[in-house]
Amino acid sequence: MRLLQSTPMRRVLGLGPALGIIGFFMVVPIGIIIVFSFMKSNPYGGVNPEFSLEAYKQFLFERNLMDEMVFNAAYLRIFGRSFFLAMVTTALCLLIGFPTAYYMSRQPARRKNLMVFLVTIPFWTNLLIRAYCWILLLRDTGIINNYLIKWGIINEPLTLLYTNFAIFLGLVYTHIPFMVLPIYARVEKLDFNLLEAAHDLYASRQQLMRHVILPLAAPGIIAGSLLVFVPCLGDFIIPNLLGGGKHLMIGSLIQLQFGGSRNWPFGSAAALILMAFVLIAMMIYVWGPGRKMKEGGA
Amino acid sequence: MPKPAIEIKNVTKIFEGHTGRPVTALDNVSLTIEDNEFFTLLGPSGCGKTTLLRLIAGFEYPTEGEIVLFGESIRGLPPQQRPVNTVFQHYALFPHMTVAENVGFPLKMQGQQQDEMTCTAARMLDLVKMADFGDRMPDQLSGGQQQRVALARALAPQPKVLLLDEPLSALDLKLRQEMRVELKNLQRQTGITFVFVTHDQVEALTMSDRIAVMSMGRLQQEGTPIAIYEQPVNRFVADFIGETNFVQSTIAGIESSGARCTIGPGTTLGTGATAGKGKGAAVTLAIRPEKIRLVKTAGAAEGLKGRVAECIYTGTDTNYQVALENSDVRLVVRGRNAITGETLFKVGETVMLNVAEGAARILAD
Amino acid sequence: MRSSTTSGPNSAGEKQFVIGRFPGFAAISWIFLLYLYIPIFLLIIFSFNASHSATIWHGFSLEWYLKAFGNDDVQRAAVNSLIVAFSATVVATVVAVFAALILARGGRFRGRGLSYGILMLPMTMPEIVTAVATLSFFTAIQLDIGLGRVVIAHTVFCIPFAFLPIRARLQGMDTTLEQAAQDLYANEWQTFRYVTLPLLMPGIISGAMLSFIISIDDFIITLMVAPAGSTTLPLYIYGMVRMGVTPEVNALSTVMLAISLVFVSTSYLIGRKKQVGPPNS
Repeated sequence: MRLLQSTPMRRVLGLGPALGIIGFFMVVPIGIIIVFSFMKSNPYGGVNPEFSLEAYKQFLFERNLMDEMVFNAAYLRIFGRSFFLAMVTTALCLLIGFPTAYYMSRQPARRKNLMVFLVTIPFWTNLLIRAYCWILLLRDTGIINNYLIKWGIINEPLTLLYTNFAIFLGLVYTHIPFMVLPIYARVEKLDFNLLEAAHDLYASRQQLMRHVILPLAAPGIIAGSLLVFVPCLGDFIIPNLLGGGKHLMIGSLIQLQFGGSRNWPFGSAAALILMAFVLIAMMIYVWGPGRKMKEGGA
Repeated sequence: MPKPAIEIKNVTKIFEGHTGRPVTALDNVSLTIEDNEFFTLLGPSGCGKTTLLRLIAGFEYPTEGEIVLFGESIRGLPPQQRPVNTVFQHYALFPHMTVAENVGFPLKMQGQQQDEMTCTAARMLDLVKMADFGDRMPDQLSGGQQQRVALARALAPQPKVLLLDEPLSALDLKLRQEMRVELKNLQRQTGITFVFVTHDQVEALTMSDRIAVMSMGRLQQEGTPIAIYEQPVNRFVADFIGETNFVQSTIAGIESSGARCTIGPGTTLGTGATAGKGKGAAVTLAIRPEKIRLVKTAGAAEGLKGRVAECIYTGTDTNYQVALENSDVRLVVRGRNAITGETLFKVGETVMLNVAEGAARILAD
Repeated sequence: MRSSTTSGPNSAGEKQFVIGRFPGFAAISWIFLLYLYIPIFLLIIFSFNASHSATIWHGFSLEWYLKAFGNDDVQRAAVNSLIVAFSATVVATVVAVFAALILARGGRFRGRGLSYGILMLPMTMPEIVTAVATLSFFTAIQLDIGLGRVVIAHTVFCIPFAFLPIRARLQGMDTTLEQAAQDLYANEWQTFRYVTLPLLMPGIISGAMLSFIISIDDFIITLMVAPAGSTTLPLYIYGMVRMGVTPEVNALSTVMLAISLVFVSTSYLIGRKKQVGPPNS
């Protein structure tokens, strides 16, 4: 028996505002950047309303001094690096996140909830602040270097900031809760009897992990990997702040186009390509692990 | 003299309770299970039977005491090093493997070759009449089918002992009855020692070679089904198995055949063993309802008399509640009905009760 | 009986095999939590540093907090953040309540899945894409309402955050209470006002708090969309960070962290308040 008689009228009234706001202020803007990507850039910011494929060509080519189109691998390199960083980050998050999620799921109820809470809180704090913490730690005059010098372990400060190492540290730091929580959700539902049965049937610990736990946790692992990989691709705070703006990633590239570089069409095109990856990842998820996660333990 | 399959020696198990107070699940339990035997642990929930099973399997460790398997202590051995396999109450089939893969799992873990594995798995499935189900997934099977697969999987590695944790409790009646027969046959066929846990006394009585009745973490009685039923040693066993009349009485005198007990003014009963009590002791007598016969009083003056207070028709029999003359005592008597199906005695009728010789037992408590 | 996964040593004192435990996992987990929290703790500690350096400890002092809050720019940024967060939260929560009522209680209808998809869109889209798209949109229609642009952008992504706790609460609610109310002659509006709404309130508050915190903390979208001259706290911090590391930044950051923590914890605790359900038989 339904509280609200669900008439079409009611549905429109109820869902209308929410869907309307999101539809208008998200879907339409996306349409706008699609349009922008096919236009000429305006050196004062914004676009000139003339059709042009310049933006898309810019990915692969550039005009040299003689006004010819020459192959330019720079942007491909940026995309390649973003992919590489995102993949390595995902792998690191997996290596750290899976044992953590599993360990958490085996704790008694109160400790389990506490740990989930602890892992979730950083998600709700400011991205910027969390990145800033690492600046504090890693700079040449930062906390780590200061104390290492003070305690006489080194004489010269180590260059920690503005390196790939710093970017990895920052990326893993910001994204790892998204790996831990889906895996935890999945592993928590594991029937403990299955573990006992496996041992009863002569499985060693490694065999138990390999043949029983990992296959059953797989949907969570895939979900977590997607939730880390995709946002990593689009991240720009970490590369900017911790990479010094020299190690560009897709996100910082996009932001630059709308900022100093004033090349909105190109920025729009890049954003669309990023969006395409997101949609692909989402579809993979919905058709694969998404279904299995809904079914629960079995 | 073949070694006993399992010896439980003074085993105690204490758990940290949820509220922090320790819970004694097993209290100094000792028993022996012989090789090639169908042995049942019987008792109400919470009595410790499942805990004992889990100690044998290796999922828990005793707080005190020792468990010996075919003469060798299994102290400290993890489950994967014990030649003992378990059929779980809710089957615990691996949901991401096919039936055949489930059955082959223990063989794979032990490093068997693929062909040998497939062969054995097929043979096991055949044994439990699930030969055509090899490629199915567990969630496509009914409860009864899952249970057979669980059985096949536990038998595949040819364990020395098979543990069954209330495997039939989730099945409906008809299926349960069929499975009881099949399990019994399986045990005879394979010669493996079966340790079976249940709270259903009918199951225990029909399937077992020997039964251990447990309650509150303690062993109450160990013996064959007949011994348990006919000679319960204490109130718990007498009450848990079948139906029993409990009658308070005093020992009037000791005779060569046993004791003579007073149960009402002028009425006495002869019992068998005296259970170590002497004249004048207050004892509880246990009498099974089917060991009393009702006879129409045709003027005979001698013997136990009473009046039928209630008739409860149960199909093949009728349970009569009979109030003894000159006494508060009420006895339940089970009597066959006439061929035509009528109850033989009516409410209000005066009857005579014949208690078979030795049917009344003195209980130890 | 549920097995205990932590059988301690037995009377003979032997170490026992615990099923489901893997060596090293515990260490990784706790080191991970340290890794997650130590940077934050250090930030907080150094915000109380009594010296100009942001990273060499000289003693305890509150001077940076006073300095930070005495700063006009900071105050203006804080006010802006609060205005935006408050407005966005109110709109987003109200809108989310209606949406949740329909989606969680309205039964199946065509377009239900699609509605969920659209509702969750702001959460699934990378922020940078949303940010540039919104900026482009505002530029294209030449919307020039100052801080209003930020409010609109925030409202959009606050909606899913407000929606989720409300829907969760609705799904966990026992419908027999509403049925009882209607059985006792309450009409739909009365049932909603006297039964559904009060029971739903913890979920609504929880959603509102999450939405508020998400708005206060937002950086990327605000960066792209804010008109020149108006800042919010995160934007202000970003500006300062680019100039260098100072204890003032530490102090401001700590305050924002504290606000986040308080809001999230409260939201979590409120959300966990006992659901009214059928009594345990």
